[in-house]
Amino acid sequence: MSVAATTRTGVRPSRAGRRASVPPWVGTVPFFGYVAVFLLLPTGIVVFDAFRNPGGKFTLSGLTALGNAQVRGFFIGSFKLSLISALVGAVFGAVLAYAVASGNPDGVIRRLYLAASGVLAQFGGVTLAFAFLALIGPAPTGLLFHASWYYSFPWGITVIYAYFQIPLMVLVFLPAIDGLKVQWREASESLGSSAWQYWRYVGGPLLLPAFLGALLLLFANALSAFATIQAWEDQIPYTVAQQIYTSTSSEVGLANINYADALALGMVVLVAIVMTGYALLQRRAARWLR
Amino acid sequence: MAAITSVGETPLAAPDKRPVGMQGRRRRRLNLFRYAVFTVFGLFFLVPLLALARWSLEGAKLGSWSLTSWRQIASYSNEGIPPLISTVEITLELAVITSAVMLVLVVPTMIWIRLRVRWLARTMEFLCLLPLTIPAIVLVVGLGPIYNKIAHLSLSTLMLFWVYVILALPYAYRALAAGLNAIDATTLSEAARSLGASWFSVIVRVIMPNMWDAMLNALLLTSALVLGEFTIAFFLLYFNLQVELYSISRNTPNAGVIFSTSTASLLFAFVLLLILSFARRRRRGIPG
Amino acid sequence: MDGLSRRYGTVVALDHLDLTLRPGELVALLGPSGCGKTTTLRLLAGLEDADTGSITVAGKDITRLPASKRDMGMVFQAYSLFPHMTVRDNVAFGLRLRRVSAAERGTRAMEMLELVGLSVQAARYPHQLSGGQQQRVALARALAIQPQVLLLDEPLSALDAKVRAQLRDQIRRIQLEVGITTLFVTHDQEEALAIADRVGVMREGRIEQLASPTEVYSRPATAFVADFVGLSNRLAGEVRGGEVTVRGRTLPLMQPDVPDGQVVALVRPEAVTMASHDEPEAGPLVGMVIAITFLGATSRVTVDLGDATIMAQLPTSDATTLAAGSRVALTIRPDPVLVSADAEAASPEAEEEA
Repeated sequence: MSVAATTRTGVRPSRAGRRASVPPWVGTVPFFGYVAVFLLLPTGIVVFDAFRNPGGKFTLSGLTALGNAQVRGFFIGSFKLSLISALVGAVFGAVLAYAVASGNPDGVIRRLYLAASGVLAQFGGVTLAFAFLALIGPAPTGLLFHASWYYSFPWGITVIYAYFQIPLMVLVFLPAIDGLKVQWREASESLGSSAWQYWRYVGGPLLLPAFLGALLLLFANALSAFATIQAWEDQIPYTVAQQIYTSTSSEVGLANINYADALALGMVVLVAIVMTGYALLQRRAARWLR
Repeated sequence: MAAITSVGETPLAAPDKRPVGMQGRRRRRLNLFRYAVFTVFGLFFLVPLLALARWSLEGAKLGSWSLTSWRQIASYSNEGIPPLISTVEITLELAVITSAVMLVLVVPTMIWIRLRVRWLARTMEFLCLLPLTIPAIVLVVGLGPIYNKIAHLSLSTLMLFWVYVILALPYAYRALAAGLNAIDATTLSEAARSLGASWFSVIVRVIMPNMWDAMLNALLLTSALVLGEFTIAFFLLYFNLQVELYSISRNTPNAGVIFSTSTASLLFAFVLLLILSFARRRRRGIPG
Repeated sequence: MDGLSRRYGTVVALDHLDLTLRPGELVALLGPSGCGKTTTLRLLAGLEDADTGSITVAGKDITRLPASKRDMGMVFQAYSLFPHMTVRDNVAFGLRLRRVSAAERGTRAMEMLELVGLSVQAARYPHQLSGGQQQRVALARALAIQPQVLLLDEPLSALDAKVRAQLRDQIRRIQLEVGITTLFVTHDQEEALAIADRVGVMREGRIEQLASPTEVYSRPATAFVADFVGLSNRLAGEVRGGEVTVRGRTLPLMQPDVPDGQVVALVRPEAVTMASHDEPEAGPLVGMVIAITFLGATSRVTVDLGDATIMAQLPTSDATTLAAGSRVALTIRPDPVLVSADAEAASPEAEEEA
């Protein structure tokens, strides 16, 4: 459709001057090179080193270590926390998302909550732990009261996680709710459905893939989190992430680096599986709700 | 079949009578639900922040008020850690550098791929979203050796920007992609090229100006991320803002300055967001 | 429907509208966008509330009844099929809500699909069908519950021209076969005239004329109707003694009592023909051809009469003797014409949506 007479140089603009026939993809080298060095390489190193022992030889002992009871405990801990906080975030976030979506599309409230969600979803970390310390932590802080369950795992930390899980849910799930066409509701009603029947047969099934996908995303998000829980309680490692830290920072020697790598590998595999599930569900949701 | 017939009279109502039918009632019930939800969640999100702020204003005796914690931001220092204020500065610089590198690295590449190397679009998208799947904690374990090499060049905390760009990629990419998709880049570039523009001009003078909103968005997301980053700095034994706060809280638990600094950084992030929404509104006002 | 009014803020969507549908008839509501036709339909369906007025079906007042309890079948302009259900499940949905057994649901759904000619596609999903097919499924779904009234909200507007014509006829055929009372909303006058038993031309929340298609076309009640339905020439004329003289021709009036004086007469292009094939002399109806638009069997010829422009619809065989720039003499057939004293009132409506 173009009638422009484009010149046939494929030279990257910032290196303009040469008129040789360099293929256009050369221009993307800086970006891909950067990503290769700082993303792919470290990941590769982790995967690679998980299969080596401190002497540099290939071994599966790192992996078998993943099978022992203590490690299993960490994975279970991570799993518990991630699942619960994901469920809490998903359910409450869905309710909040619905409340936002059913209002004025250009209204103040919607923009406010969307902006706030954008900030709070990133909020996590040390600052968040401090905020909750200030609110329900042990004396002398604990503005409201000292919630005795504050330091309990997983419930205390779940409340803190909810703080960024719920906004993340709103951000991810809101488009899906927006994608519910008003004609479906109206058609369903004119065919005789009650509100509940609509949700049961039409709205619910349509939103389900998006909901499950978002749930998975929240799960992966919680799994990867470190800063918040470390600031909350750093003496006892509860999660895999914390254990990775403990094993790399303690002075027990290099033997633990490979252990840490193995843990990290386990974590990556877990997250990768979850994210793949998320991507698949997203595709299904997009087909219906776009 | 059935007949529809018109029947009797109904009184003509005054023009501003409110609808009392089914839809009206449903609407009102929905609004009630919505406002209840907003109140509950609003409280949940607001209260911890208020607690944080309240503690930042706490004095020596419980229940008293004081600005000490805030004043300490400028002066706090402890052995083993750098002065707080210098860490704050460095973190801010880090945010700027990371954002700048991010934009320079990603935006031209995105545009270039969109215009000339379409088949790489999927790959770029995948790579940009990959950091979401690779937790920072995993990344940093593998970064150890790499950073050791880089550390020879400079021990400054600013070296963190290399990996921060990667961390921010997913968020920045999404914002930038949204901006790029909203304009018809191909047509614009063809028009510019037919008028004689070089590729450099096309990217810098034609496409990028149409992406200001998205770039600003990406910039702010990146900055927010850098200001809040903890894990990688912590592992690599650098002192950025969050690491510093963490150390202070471990050495002197409940030191007031951690609350004041946290509140300050939050306010700062909030201000950044306001800037973004104002800038956007002004642009929307331009007729076209 | 009686005395229906609906306001949105300061916009009056419906202004005390009265409309009665006879059993088994198809009434088309026609008008430009914003005239209130869709609002009327939605009020009838129960998807909106009226500010004033009442709605009665078969003698029962349903004004207060929610949409789900009204016994109506509705076809929307687009997107109304449930994407996660097969075609058959879509059609059977209404029956499922009424707790019809699965077996019977299936049979009835297939019957409906047979009726619209899509039984082959029963196991497919909506996104696998074309726009026209989707609308047929929507029709089947609406009819499956055997409603008392069928409501169609611009069902053809989102479709291609060719599909539109086919589907339009099919809808009419099915409607006659089933014998269901139908309200059909459209902004396309061709559609309305082609399939309706009666056409209601609406403007700004009111019905200007409700009559059979031929009547609306050849005996428009108001200038707006004359202008909206079909084309009109707007020519200066003078009324005297119950007749109007337009450019030297005397024509009967459509309206009974028009006072003498200057008026604007609305003359259909079909009423304007060539006077003779000989070399024309000067006259009030002699002018220069500006444009010829080929429409198939007929052609529309636009002629500049010096102080006015007139459109004539001629058989193409006649029109081919003319070329742009040639002179032609025209005459006006003595059909009754509508006149309007106020030039403003006869002015055309704003552009309607495509």
